[in-house]
Amino acid sequence: MFEQAIFYIFAAMLIFSAAMVITVRNPVHAALFLVLSFFTSAGLWLLLEAEFLAIALVLVYVGAVMVLFLFVVMMLDINIAELREGFARYFPIAALVAIVMMYSLGTIVGPENFGLDQVAAAQGHAADYNNTHELGMALFTRYIWPFEIAAVILLVAIIAAIALTLRATRQTKAPNVDHQIAVRREDRVRLIKVDSEPLD
Amino acid sequence: MLALSNFLTVGAILFCLSVAGIIINRKNVIILLMCIELMLLAVNMNFVAFSHFNGSVDGQIFVFFILTVAAAEAAIGLAILVVLFRNRNSINVEDLDLMKG
Repeated sequence: MFEQAIFYIFAAMLIFSAAMVITVRNPVHAALFLVLSFFTSAGLWLLLEAEFLAIALVLVYVGAVMVLFLFVVMMLDINIAELREGFARYFPIAALVAIVMMYSLGTIVGPENFGLDQVAAAQGHAADYNNTHELGMALFTRYIWPFEIAAVILLVAIIAAIALTLRATRQTKAPNVDHQIAVRREDRVRLIKVDSEPLD
Repeated sequence: MLALSNFLTVGAILFCLSVAGIIINRKNVIILLMCIELMLLAVNMNFVAFSHFNGSVDGQIFVFFILTVAAAEAAIGLAILVVLFRNRNSINVEDLDLMKG
């Protein structure tokens, strides 16, 4: 009973904040509502006994990714009114798409297919169960190869983000080789016709 | 008792909301990126729910990798956005018609 109360409270908060993310006018408020939706889904994951991922979601998403979002939103000087035009025009289409999609998804994921009769409720783990330990055991044995690839992906992301945003200012006094090679004879050599009259 | 369908329904609602958000906010690239993050969150919700109800930790491993890739995607997407704003002085999607697509 207590679990159900927690679930419905957090689910309602999650859906409310997700709805606010897509409808709110100010991008800063949208980012803050996205932070709220991450927090509430971390709460739902705690209910599902995924403790490590719940904490990782808060630390990685709220702590890093959303701060990056807020940083970019506040750094860019955006004209909000210009970006909002067409909102009312596309709203009915979006609502129609969402309702149709929700209906078709609901027929699949509804209680008649995934209810308690079809999928038995999970037995909760014992009090000494360590989710982080289990996750680490799986991650560093069976999934070590994807784990290494994920590390390389993060490295690529770091390098790409730096390479994209770095402004190339020349810090050194080294000569520009391209200019040196591209020099033609006419740029450097000037022939002067000098009269060959004998001096008095 | 909470059934698997409860969590899957929350994930489905979240996914539909983010699809609607992409249609509504089709001009603002930042909100589009946020909607993609919301979509990935919906997928992660399904993974964690199935992992719990199957009694297997593998679904949580997948969520771990999705989080990694999503963080990389957000970093690169925002870097592209900053470069774009520097060059075009706008983040309106309709201004990005250089390639006449």
